[in-house]
Amino acid sequence: MNTGLLGIEPLDRAEIQAILDRAKDFQAVQNQPVQKRDALRGRTVVNLFFEASTRTRTSFEIAAKRLGADAVSITASGSSVSKGESLVDTLNTLAAMRPDAIIMRHAASGAPHFLARYLPTPIINAGDGTHEHPTQALLDARTILDRRGTLEGLRVAIIGDIAHSRVARSNIYLLSKFGAHIVLCGPASLLPVELAQITPGVELTWDIRDAIKDADVIMMLRVQLERQHEAAYPASEYFQFYGLRLEHLALARPNAIVMHPGPINRGREISSEVADSQKSVILNQVENGVAVRMAVLERILGAN
Amino acid sequence: MARIVIKNGRVVDPANNIDGIRDVALEDGVIAEVAPDIDATGAEEFDASGLVVAPGFIDMHVHLREPGFEYAETIESGSRAAAAGGFTSVCPMPNTSPVNDNATVTRYIVETAWRVAPVNVFPIGAITMNSAGEQLSAIGSMKQAGIVAISDDGRPVMNARVMRRAMEFAKAFNLPVIDHCEDLNLSAGGDMHEGRESVRLGLRGIPAASEDVMVARDILLAEVTGARYHVAHISSHHAVEMVAFAKARGLAVTCEATPHHFALTDADMPPFDSNYKMKPPLRACCDVDAVVGGIVSGAVDAIATDHAPHAGSDKMQEFEKCPFGIIGLETALALALEKLVHTDRIPLARMVELFTWGPARILKLDRGTLSPGSTADVTIFDLDRLWTYDVNRSCSKSRNSPFHGHSFRGGPVATIVNGAVVWSVQ
Repeated sequence: MNTGLLGIEPLDRAEIQAILDRAKDFQAVQNQPVQKRDALRGRTVVNLFFEASTRTRTSFEIAAKRLGADAVSITASGSSVSKGESLVDTLNTLAAMRPDAIIMRHAASGAPHFLARYLPTPIINAGDGTHEHPTQALLDARTILDRRGTLEGLRVAIIGDIAHSRVARSNIYLLSKFGAHIVLCGPASLLPVELAQITPGVELTWDIRDAIKDADVIMMLRVQLERQHEAAYPASEYFQFYGLRLEHLALARPNAIVMHPGPINRGREISSEVADSQKSVILNQVENGVAVRMAVLERILGAN
Repeated sequence: MARIVIKNGRVVDPANNIDGIRDVALEDGVIAEVAPDIDATGAEEFDASGLVVAPGFIDMHVHLREPGFEYAETIESGSRAAAAGGFTSVCPMPNTSPVNDNATVTRYIVETAWRVAPVNVFPIGAITMNSAGEQLSAIGSMKQAGIVAISDDGRPVMNARVMRRAMEFAKAFNLPVIDHCEDLNLSAGGDMHEGRESVRLGLRGIPAASEDVMVARDILLAEVTGARYHVAHISSHHAVEMVAFAKARGLAVTCEATPHHFALTDADMPPFDSNYKMKPPLRACCDVDAVVGGIVSGAVDAIATDHAPHAGSDKMQEFEKCPFGIIGLETALALALEKLVHTDRIPLARMVELFTWGPARILKLDRGTLSPGSTADVTIFDLDRLWTYDVNRSCSKSRNSPFHGHSFRGGPVATIVNGAVVWSVQ
């Protein structure tokens, strides 16, 4: 049975809470001079990235090593995939070397779900196409909780290319389970109306000012040029209508925070002034990424 | 003289308004008589007590993959699956390799079928050369070689002017034009129906509008040209409405529905299961309701499977890489019973019509009835036998069915083609 982490949608609130609570313990560990633990000593995880990634791959690798596990990282360009091997065969080959988990990023939505049906090895989804990126939502939740103590009743604006964002989907599922009020905002062509039906507590707007008004959390998404198959909006107008600037922040709650999953495009979806402002918690998100991934790895591997 | 008497069955023959206990006598490959208490002395007797005896089922939309893709299906394996599903005739679409766009390929299919197929095979020819949507194919000589319709199934003719010319030309050869209605610009990159489920799963959507705009275009062209026009695998509620509208205007417009489009919605798909990936995609419940509504009201003329075999290795990939299509010959009748007859949406005779007289009329086939003198194609099935579909025992060479493991009530019992029993249930 494959008991990895494929997405946030199938998890219940208690499971998510347990991971977030455990991540808090690991935050404390990160402030100690010797951070390495041996909870997962002798275990092996494979980091298999079919898409470019710096922060997520490094974050998982550091998380695994801090728990004492051995981590092997593979990128698709140097792998047998470029020799025409099918995805199932690649994964079966790796699974035959008996790793304890495979951490995987892939450009196709559902790729890890498809593999989980055939492989005994737990798969941790590090981002699948435009579907989910569960550990990103977990680290975002941890970051909000660090500032506000609760998710319940918070007004969270998620702004950008929602249609193509796995970060947005995982955050929507997570925040909804915890009773946040979610306002999604972006160009109408990147904001399918059905988003309001996938989970409770979701509202849509095409106006960034409406989205930010009284927001407790402003979550900006990267403009994903690599997923744009066509011109869904006039590129020259994006920053004017959907870029976050200092003037917008006055509309939000006084203690609002600004988040971004990175990598940020200064001057495209977020102005430099906002990215570097006191309200920005972008680097806290990165820091929490390691703690949350330690909690996830411990939960999946520690039980075996 | 080969004589078979099918005794005591419930004979359902919609073309002749028969639904009652009768005997059916077959002699030398033709229907000799349909009457009570036919003397079976000297004849082979088939006891059909408790069973339904219907004209042979016609599937006007299948893919047999030969020539070119024999690893997925052959004329022989696909027509064996047809026989096992109760079908006595199938119409293979032209998207083979080479494409069936000339009489040589048509003759290859027809002659191979004579040799190896237990059922009748009536090919459908391409509308355009190589189904590229530009030059008209050799429609007249393909008709002489045996095609019963033209279609660029799967690669719809995007150029309205080419479609208009095809409709005009086909009219003179009395061939219906069948369109797989999909505006390829609107559907580009899509993997499943555009709606709540595609948004939830982060899969690119195929909007219902991509089907609707082509149905609308084609109906307008059918009116201009006076052609016989047929919508393949109708799946959206607007498309059903438009076909009903065209019929009300007296146009020669017909359509077919597949079992999966009246049995499943997009929400029935287990996450990212490629055995649920086909075109048109499984749509929302309002669309499925409209397709069933069209079957009830008469807007839908035929049930066709769009049997589309794909090798396991092709379907065992990332969802977005998997080819579209599922096999369906062996589950079609049971799904129609489950979703339409057992639920009292339509009477049994209407279901039989959708499998027989309905497609026969569209294609002008001299089949689909039990009228004395017609070809002795007979489908015998049962309404209540409980059975479970095991796709690993399918006669098809492929295994891409979403109905593996599904339990059914009722299904085919025996298939008779040209007076000979070609398949019977074990």
